[in-house]
Amino acid sequence: MTDVLIKGAKVLGDNAADILVRDGMIAQIGSIGSTRSSGERDGARLTVVDADGLVVLPGLVDLHTHLREPGREDAETVASGSAAAAAGGFTAVLAMANTSPVTDTAEAAERVLDLGRAAGLVDVQPIGAVSKGLAGAELAELGLMARSRAAVRVFSDDGRCVHDARLMRRALDYLKPFGGVISQHAQDPHLADGTACCHEGEVSGRLGLPAWPAVAEDVIVARDVQLARHTGSRVHVAHVSTAASVEIIRWAKAQGIAVTAEVTPHHLALGTELLAGYDPVFKVNPPLRPDADRAAILAALVDGTIDAVATDHAPHARHDKEHAFPDAAFGMLGLETALAVLAEVAVRPGLLTWAQLAQRMSFAPARIAGLAGHGRPVAVGEPANLVLLDPDATWTVDRAASQSLSRNNPWHGRTLPAPVVATFLRGECTAYRGRVRGQFDPEEIA
Amino acid sequence: MTRKHLLSSADLSRDEVEAILDTAASMHDVQRREVKKIPTLRGRTVINLFFEDSTRTRSSFEIAGKWMSADTINITGKGSSTSKGESLRDTVKTICAMAVDALVIRHSASGACHQVAQWVDASVINAGDGTHEHPTQALLDAYTLRQRLGSLDGRHIVIVGDLAHSRVFRSNVITLGRLGARVTVVAPPTLMPSGIGDWSARDGFATSWDLDQTLYAASPGDRPDAVMMLRVQRERMSGGFFPTEREYTAGYGLTRERLTRLYAATPDLPILHPGPMNRGLEISAEAADATSSAILDQVSAGVAVRMAVLYHLLAGETEAAA
Amino acid sequence: MASDQTPSPTPSGARAVMSSGDVSRALRRVAHEILERNKGPADLVLLGIPSRGVPLAHRLAAVIAEVEGVSVPVGSLDVTMHRDDLRRQPTRTVTPTKIPASGVDGKVVVLVDDVLYSGRTIRAALEALTELGRPRAVRLAVLVDRGHRELPIRADHVGKNLPTSSAERVQVVLAESDGGLDEVRISGGER
Repeated sequence: MTDVLIKGAKVLGDNAADILVRDGMIAQIGSIGSTRSSGERDGARLTVVDADGLVVLPGLVDLHTHLREPGREDAETVASGSAAAAAGGFTAVLAMANTSPVTDTAEAAERVLDLGRAAGLVDVQPIGAVSKGLAGAELAELGLMARSRAAVRVFSDDGRCVHDARLMRRALDYLKPFGGVISQHAQDPHLADGTACCHEGEVSGRLGLPAWPAVAEDVIVARDVQLARHTGSRVHVAHVSTAASVEIIRWAKAQGIAVTAEVTPHHLALGTELLAGYDPVFKVNPPLRPDADRAAILAALVDGTIDAVATDHAPHARHDKEHAFPDAAFGMLGLETALAVLAEVAVRPGLLTWAQLAQRMSFAPARIAGLAGHGRPVAVGEPANLVLLDPDATWTVDRAASQSLSRNNPWHGRTLPAPVVATFLRGECTAYRGRVRGQFDPEEIA
Repeated sequence: MTRKHLLSSADLSRDEVEAILDTAASMHDVQRREVKKIPTLRGRTVINLFFEDSTRTRSSFEIAGKWMSADTINITGKGSSTSKGESLRDTVKTICAMAVDALVIRHSASGACHQVAQWVDASVINAGDGTHEHPTQALLDAYTLRQRLGSLDGRHIVIVGDLAHSRVFRSNVITLGRLGARVTVVAPPTLMPSGIGDWSARDGFATSWDLDQTLYAASPGDRPDAVMMLRVQRERMSGGFFPTEREYTAGYGLTRERLTRLYAATPDLPILHPGPMNRGLEISAEAADATSSAILDQVSAGVAVRMAVLYHLLAGETEAAA
Repeated sequence: MASDQTPSPTPSGARAVMSSGDVSRALRRVAHEILERNKGPADLVLLGIPSRGVPLAHRLAAVIAEVEGVSVPVGSLDVTMHRDDLRRQPTRTVTPTKIPASGVDGKVVVLVDDVLYSGRTIRAALEALTELGRPRAVRLAVLVDRGHRELPIRADHVGKNLPTSSAERVQVVLAESDGGLDEVRISGGER
């Protein structure tokens, strides 16, 4: 295997250092010799990457990705989703269970794991369904999934809420022996049914769109933190989108309740008013919220109440988005733009340092998901899962250039900061400037 | 006036609304003639694309197009396009591949017309989209009110009913506002649209939960100059929007008793209803058939107003000819 | 109060070809011609074509009333919806059509317009009139005939024949619609 020497990157945005990667691990950090060019070194092939001015972070971890395989391979496959993830600086993604068939058995989970390994661009860790077929009635085989080769630890009916309080309580109890966590899609189906697609407020009133009130999220979050306290188990709140949910989570953490939470880049950066043109690219669940909610979730991400950023990358085939707004599919792409959006909303304004962002996009999500080997410090002896980004450059998002098979990209045409330059998975360069292994010449990165 | 689409009542300035209503008055004369056909849109193709059934609006657009010599074709699609497995974009692109000048669209989804306008070259006319808007209904209501009241400047129009689910309300509050009318909308809290507080403040109309207080205001200046009753679907009861029909009628129906009391103050008070009516629920038979009822005038105005809209959108200069 | 009226200044580049007096004399003659041709005012209906044909029709009626002591019915006939050039111009404003209560069936309708040019407006008027009824005869009176016909249409009564080039513009200014004194001007084009 080729050794890699990353020269002069600012480690977590701090001091510049050289990083030598050997056998997939970080072998040495500091000022390493005068080697300036690639070639033979100590009998091994060495690639030297000039990273002067770049920032190196631990590879990003996404707690919330929809890969659509099996079932909707026209929208995304494990391979294409992995490519989008690598291009976006990720080295591990958690694949949501709402595929067809649903990931609700050990076999289904292992199949996703194997597809991820075959693609080999990021570590794909399956999330198991909480209920059989996501039907919300009976528990899925949580234990068998946990004991499978996939070693599932995160369970979610995402796309749907585990709204039956008794089922939620049983699931939380049941997964305590193997340290599982439930990632809850908080949406009371009576307050916001399947048609709800616009934040309830003046915009939904004027546009005549089925309303999705903030309270439909808040009541589930409130209930679930109490269930977590009662069961002594762990709840993770997926895509937090409201100010009141943040307040509840803040309170619960102060009580010592085992609750964690994630926020998506789009809920931080995009507001309800974008729905005025009825463009289904902005249709997402939970819906885009008004400024006050956006400010609250950003503040919560900054103060640590919200632990992690997760993309909720949700690819959809073109024809599933080209319906009337209420009939179109929910969701938007996110893997390739997440880091840049966070740079835009949090790092550029000085709310988070690169190190703090690494905490929220790598360390915390890896810890929540129980992923060994990811979200590790950039230190000698650690796996070389790394991302290099250019903090001073900007780039313009072009949906046609995406690695995803889908084009439902709400960021299309926007100019964002901090493009990802290169992603390394256990020392191997998986993505370079938007292209993935096989699409670029390995000589290019030297 | 050079306008390609009519998607929302908000598209039209006061001048444009007035131009359309004036043209509608001329068209109303055409309607009374023995020979009703005029050649204005000869050679133009107008497609009435109704994804949701509406005999009244569709036939009114169809007659309007035919009297103006346009070739009008009706296409009725059942339900939403998703159920047919074809996307809305594919459906309209296919239709517009047949050299269409205008698409008159009725769809059960809010915003469908806005989306279609982005996809096709034809003029798009919103004939009712979900619970969003129904601009030609608002124009014909304004036309009817203008016939009865003259100028609407400073006139007080009260709109009562299921506002949350009403596209007629959403368009009317804009168009009547453009013409200088004062509008008060009345509904129980469960049938008010979300965010109505901020919205009404911004757009300058009033809201009330109390019909009687609104109808019999203490100050004569605050009493209504016209009352528009909106349809209340009986299915709303199962959604928990109100308990029973009789409770709705007692609170928000234009009952015989309310009518009698209104007539005591204003004997010729115009009563409007966009139809179809639920007699006995939101409007009593006495009110629907009252001498001052403008409900049939609304229907009659429908064709003239739609002729005027077709004229203003289609008769002018085309890019090819310009 | 003629002294209060100031002539509308003829814009530079335009030249007056008929003065207020010329217009008035021409209309008197046309009114007399109409009566002569019709052998009196019986069954006459004057329909002005908006916008300037309408005041002209009223003026002709006034002369007829003065001469014959009979007031002939006057109306207006909007032809916008019948034009064949709608797609070549921005949307035109529609003006009301007002037909006298006596109707047009069996009457002698005199269409009145300011300028006769291509003949297309008159074609549209004839079509619009067909939908309103069946006159016994239709005649055409215009203040100015400037030539350049594109259709087989001629005027029965002409105030003034005005040879023009098609590049020129003929403008009729009337006190009722434009204020000031009546005038007919030609502008533009190369002579």
